[in-house]
Amino acid sequence: MGKALPLWEVFIRSQHGLAHKHVGSLHASDAEMAINNARDVYTRRNEGVSIWVVPSASISASSSQDKESLFEPANSKVYRHPTFFPMPSEVKHI
Amino acid sequence: MYAQLVETGVLKVSPDAELSPEEQIFQAKIDAGVKIEAKDWMPEGYRKTLVRQISQHAHSEIVGQLPEGNWITRAPSLKRKAILLAKVQDEAGHGLYLYSAGETLGTSREKMVDDLHTGKAKYSSIFNYPTLTWADMGAIGWLVDGSAIINQIPLCRCSYGPYARAMVRVCKEESFHQRQGYDIMIQLCNGTRDQKAMAQDALNRWWWPSLMMFGPSDAESVNSAQSARWGIKLFSNDELRQKMVDQTVPQVEYLGLTVPDAELKWNEERGHYDFGEIRWEEFYNVIKGNGPCNRERLATRVKAHEDGAWFRDSLLAYADKKSFSATQAA
Repeated sequence: MGKALPLWEVFIRSQHGLAHKHVGSLHASDAEMAINNARDVYTRRNEGVSIWVVPSASISASSSQDKESLFEPANSKVYRHPTFFPMPSEVKHI
Repeated sequence: MYAQLVETGVLKVSPDAELSPEEQIFQAKIDAGVKIEAKDWMPEGYRKTLVRQISQHAHSEIVGQLPEGNWITRAPSLKRKAILLAKVQDEAGHGLYLYSAGETLGTSREKMVDDLHTGKAKYSSIFNYPTLTWADMGAIGWLVDGSAIINQIPLCRCSYGPYARAMVRVCKEESFHQRQGYDIMIQLCNGTRDQKAMAQDALNRWWWPSLMMFGPSDAESVNSAQSARWGIKLFSNDELRQKMVDQTVPQVEYLGLTVPDAELKWNEERGHYDFGEIRWEEFYNVIKGNGPCNRERLATRVKAHEDGAWFRDSLLAYADKKSFSATQAA
């Protein structure tokens, strides 16, 4: 077993105007190789117009144990959704 | 099936009441169709079984390049060569998606590759058969990738998120593989008598190994029962095999070829085809390493890996040098 090539996360923008989306990961020695490999592995069928690669080690992620403290506060704030406010049917364009 | 005879390490499937509190929460998530993600708690058996299944699946994609790679330089036209090249390149991609999914479970790429090269990990029995004629490229795409699709479509809904997502990508691409194979068969069957005979010969050699891909009947298997409970196996081997036979026989008839099975017969009552006994001793023999090409396939993989070692080392040395110069300049 030789020394491992570092892991990179790959993000692809599918069309102009859409955000880059995570598509998977790959191993590469540096950013240039990561972009070249991402081209071969993730865009063989015109899936993208732009590639981002990020060293996986640089990504900080929330932990699943923190799910409640992070996301539960939003549950009680239903007024943040427009459907919370019933509108009289005779009122239009709102 | 690309992953055959996957061990779960359990002797019996435990009823819910015997599970630990964590296992019960885990099982409830699976029963509710909630995907398990890499950082979520999971039983050790689930993790290990998935590593075995996903790495075996990945190895099958990678070793699966070899039988077809054999014909890239000898494809009958530039068009067929370009198509075959694209197909084989897809297989490399599928292997990479799957290795990445495996790595999310805490194993490393190096460990998985090493397990393949030392013979500790398996790959699908099907890739240990030789590709003798151009018609084999047709039969493989049509039958082998066809069997793979039947196996992989349900896995798009499996309980482990990274595996399910990898399968979605794989399945999108696999359909091209099957069609290009059938297209080769159509062309051969519309060709000269010799060409049609070549197509029949390929069908004769690939039919049974393709049905063996699904693995022996697992109706009584504890491993399969446990994998089904964990949501990483959604149909039995026999169900998937029956589906393969049912959907392929009309495709054989369209080509004007004959299925090499004297016992194949439509069963009106069952609404399925009945088919002959599979020679499982051949399957077990191939799995054990005694198929026609086992040694050659593994030796080719190991050689490719070892021959590339200096290149991987120099890539890392170059990356180190560049980051060192960047630090110096700063």
